Formats: sequence, C-alpha cells, structure tokens
Amino acid sequence: MSLTNEHIKNRLVEKFGDALTNFEESFGMMSFYAPKELNLKVMQFLYDEEDLQFRFLSDLTAVHYPDKKGEELAVVYHLHTFVHNVRLRFKVFTDITTPQVYTATSLYATANWMERETYDFFGVDFVGHPNLVRILNVDEMDYFPMRKEFPLEDQTRVDKDDEMFGRGGNVGI
Amino acid sequence: MSEQQHIKLPEGSIEKQTNTLNLGPTHPATHGVFQNVLEMDGERIVSATPTVGYIHRAFEKIAERRPYYQITPLTDRLNYCSAPINNIGWHLTVEKLLGIQTPKRVDYLRVIIMELARITDHLICNSVIGVDSGAFTGFLYVMQYRELVYEIYEEICGSRLTTNIGRVGGFERNFTPVAFQKIEKFLAEYPAVLKEFESLFTRNRIFIERTQGVGAITAERAMNYGFTGPNLRAAGVDYDVRVANPYCSYQDFEFSIPVGTTGDTYDRFLVRNAEMWQSLSIIRQAMEKIKTLPEHVYHADVPAYYLPDKDDVYTKMEALIYHFKIVMGETDILPGELYHPVEGANGELGFYLISDGGRSPYRLHFRRPCFVYYQAYPELVKGAMLSDAIICLSSLNLIAGELDA
Repeated sequence: MSLTNEHIKNRLVEKFGDALTNFEESFGMMSFYAPKELNLKVMQFLYDEEDLQFRFLSDLTAVHYPDKKGEELAVVYHLHTFVHNVRLRFKVFTDITTPQVYTATSLYATANWMERETYDFFGVDFVGHPNLVRILNVDEMDYFPMRKEFPLEDQTRVDKDDEMFGRGGNVGI
Repeated sequence: MSEQQHIKLPEGSIEKQTNTLNLGPTHPATHGVFQNVLEMDGERIVSATPTVGYIHRAFEKIAERRPYYQITPLTDRLNYCSAPINNIGWHLTVEKLLGIQTPKRVDYLRVIIMELARITDHLICNSVIGVDSGAFTGFLYVMQYRELVYEIYEEICGSRLTTNIGRVGGFERNFTPVAFQKIEKFLAEYPAVLKEFESLFTRNRIFIERTQGVGAITAERAMNYGFTGPNLRAAGVDYDVRVANPYCSYQDFEFSIPVGTTGDTYDRFLVRNAEMWQSLSIIRQAMEKIKTLPEHVYHADVPAYYLPDKDDVYTKMEALIYHFKIVMGETDILPGELYHPVEGANGELGFYLISDGGRSPYRLHFRRPCFVYYQAYPELVKGAMLSDAIICLSSLNLIAGELDA
C-alpha cells in the first residue's frame, strides 16, 4: 500500500492532536506547522514509525518574515521516506529575539552543516548543536545577512532612481 | 602511535605526537577552494577539519532581488561542470510554479542536454580520480570528448561552460542540424572511448589498490549523512530522482540505476562509469523519440513568460514590449511554495522556492549535494593515509562553486 498524505496527516493528528496546524498540500507535497518545542518529537515520530520511516532529511533552511510578530523566523524541514517515496515539509516558527530551536543533529548527521548554515545566515540558535559556528561567512561577522533588514544594495544610491523609468520616485529597486 | 609507543620519552616532553597539516585552501588536489586541517600521526590521519566558504557569493541573497530570468546565470555557476542541469532544473521549478506544460519535444531535448551534462561531469570526476592516483593518461584522453560536448552546447546556445541554456518553457532557439550531427558524432565515438577508459582503470592493479576500501561508507551512514546521487548509490541504495520523482518525461525512458556494494572510492568510480553508459542509452532513445515529433517545436506557447525571438525583438514592437516586461520582471508570478528536486550529476539538487507574487522570489534556497557530502569527509578519512585523503576527496565529486553557493 502506498503511503498517502492523508494517512500521514491522520497519524500525526492521532499522535500530536491539535499541536500541529496549517496542514496543506501544495504541488503534491504536504506541509504543516509545528510548535518549536515539538520539532524533535515530530521528527522522531516520523523517523521511527514503521509505516512512515522518514529517515532522510533532504533539506533544512530558514525563512525570515519580519512582519509576523513573535514568529519572525521559520525553520523549514524537508523530509523524505525512501521506502514509500513520499516527501513532506514542516515548519517551526520562532521569535527572533529568542531564536532557540532544538538541533536535529542527533537524528540526522546531515543536519550538522545545514544548521550551521542556517545559523550563519539567519541567526537561529540550534540548542545542543555540537559546533554551532559560522560556515560560509567570516567568523568576525556580528549580524545575520539573510535577514530581510539587510537589503542587498545600498539604499542611498541615486543612480537607480526609478523615476527615470516611469515608476514613481522611489530610490532603489 | 604505532612504533613510538615503546620509545621512552624524556621527562616533561609533550605527549601528543601529532602534526597539523594544512591541505588547501588552494592546493591542486583540493579541486577548488576549500581547506582541510589534518591532524597527522606520521602518515596517518587522526582527524580532519574541513573549512569551506572561500568563494561564497551570496546567490540566495542576490536571488531575492532579481526577476526570475536573471536568476538563471546564478544557477549556472553552482556546479559549473554540469551547468545545464542546474539551469534546466531552475526553469523546471519556475514552470512548476507557473503551471506551464512543456511539449514532449522540449522534454526530450532537455533530457538530451541534461544527460550530456551528466556525462561530462562524470568523465571529469572519474578522470580526475585517475589523476589523483597518478594516472594522467585517462584525463588527457577523455578531455577531448568533454570538448565535443562543449561544442554541442556552443552550437545550441552560443556558450560553453556557463551555458544559460534554458528558458521558461523550453529553449531559446531550436537545435540546428549541426547540433544533431555533433550529438550523433558523440554517440558514435564516445562508447569506444569510455570502454577504453574503463579498461584503463578498472583492472589496473595500482588503481584498485589505491581505491578499494578507501573512504568507505555504509548505506545507513550515507543516508544519515544525506548522501544522494552516485555517492549514495555506490553504497547500495538505488535512489535516483529521475525514477523516484520523474520530471521532464524521464518516465518515458528505459534505463537502470547502477548500484555499488561497499560505498568506497572504487565503487563510486564504477557507479559513475556505469551511469555514463546509461546516459548514452537515454540520449540514444531521446534522439529516436524526437524524430517522430514536429521539428519546429522547441518551447511551450507561453508568451507571457517565454522570451520572444531576438529577431522579433529588434523588428516588432509587441515582441519588444514582452521582452522588456519579462526581463524586468513585470509579468505576473503566482504566489506559492515548492521544493523541486532534480538529479544533478552529483546528487539531488533541490530548489526550494517561496514566491509571494512579487517580481523576485521571497526566498530561494538551493539544496546543494556537495555541501552535504563534504561534512562526511572527516569520518571517511579517519585513520586513512594522506594519499587516501586526496583520492577520497576527488571521488566525492565536490565542486567549490556548489559547495559555497
């Protein structure tokens, strides 16, 4: 029997009740939100259960939503089960002032560098990570460059005045 | 520790008898810019600490400010040994977001290009494993066939290394008869070369001694480390995105997934070689299939997203307007969130894209296979010799451009 999104959802709801929210299916992949305290429990459950076996972490990254007060940072997990060939995505949200999220390194060795990268760019503090230091940027950096408050280009540049292109006088792109 | 154990050290001397060795960042054997700090006990490696980030170019951040077409050149520069795969993979992601269906002929042409790219990537990687074990001949021999594939790219899109070959919906222009001739030439000549290349290494005593049992990883460990592509298949797991989640009509082709058993350097070499045979077979099938399809089709009919012909842009107002609107990102992009994996030459290359309907992605993340492999490196080389560290590194097929993004 092939594993359906419906079945995964039922199993998750059975186990965690109302804690998991926002179940949706976009482009064939199921996604949901989990409270950040439960991220390891959810992953462990998905990993262990015989009918699920999500034992492959495809990807781990974060997204910054500056307008969502209290849950500015979303850590996104993409899990995959080879046995049933089903993928799913889940997100945990955290406050940007207390960006502590449990590390997944004990479950998936691959999470090690992915979490370091996420820390490097978004400042998510993975609790229990064996070596949470910057990986792609220089060590001396004291900010997290992928956050939305750091625009790519200098906002004071005047040679990109959009008025010249009929789009109102906003400076910058 | 070996022989030194029975040597009586004078009072107060240091107990730690290891040396630190910096391999890289710019060492010819590191295949790009990354550093390994090796702790050596004589010739044996006690521990390795890899450092990356030397050519980090902030592609994900740049992508947040660029319209979709302008992200194409960024993807070219990830794994530059097989740029068309990244490139077409990115366009497949955008097409999935926009709900664009491509005609069969476009799919098959893309398959031809992607498989050619896979062959070039594998032949470079495998011949470089040869170089790192001291066999330069194979490298020089196959290099001219990479050149031939680059000529095919050149015929199709005008450039060789960073190809910029894809467009949303298809290709920028139709394949010329010369391009098909060159592909036929490659198909005719390459099998003999590959056979010879294989026999040069696979039964070579020195090569076998240097590679068997070096950098071995079990299937379970490889999966836990997130290995994909040839490196995972060498450990015995037959996972291939082309079969698991077919894209680009890969389901229309018959091919097998070569798997290894031990997951060591030798098996990785063999799996890549076997994959090149499979790729050749796929290209041959695709060449047959497109003969039955209308020749003039090379893109989907989506004028709002597909860049108009350059000749039209220079002569027709309508085409010029569309061209401008598309390049400047003024066309509507649907909001959505998706993860689209493709089978890159060295593993699962994933594009995680969040669109909020704006001209640029809200967030774009590349799941880069190299980045995943390299963290297993300390475990692979622990207890090995220094020369094993070199050959193990080259067998992982790490490309610095993809590692750092």
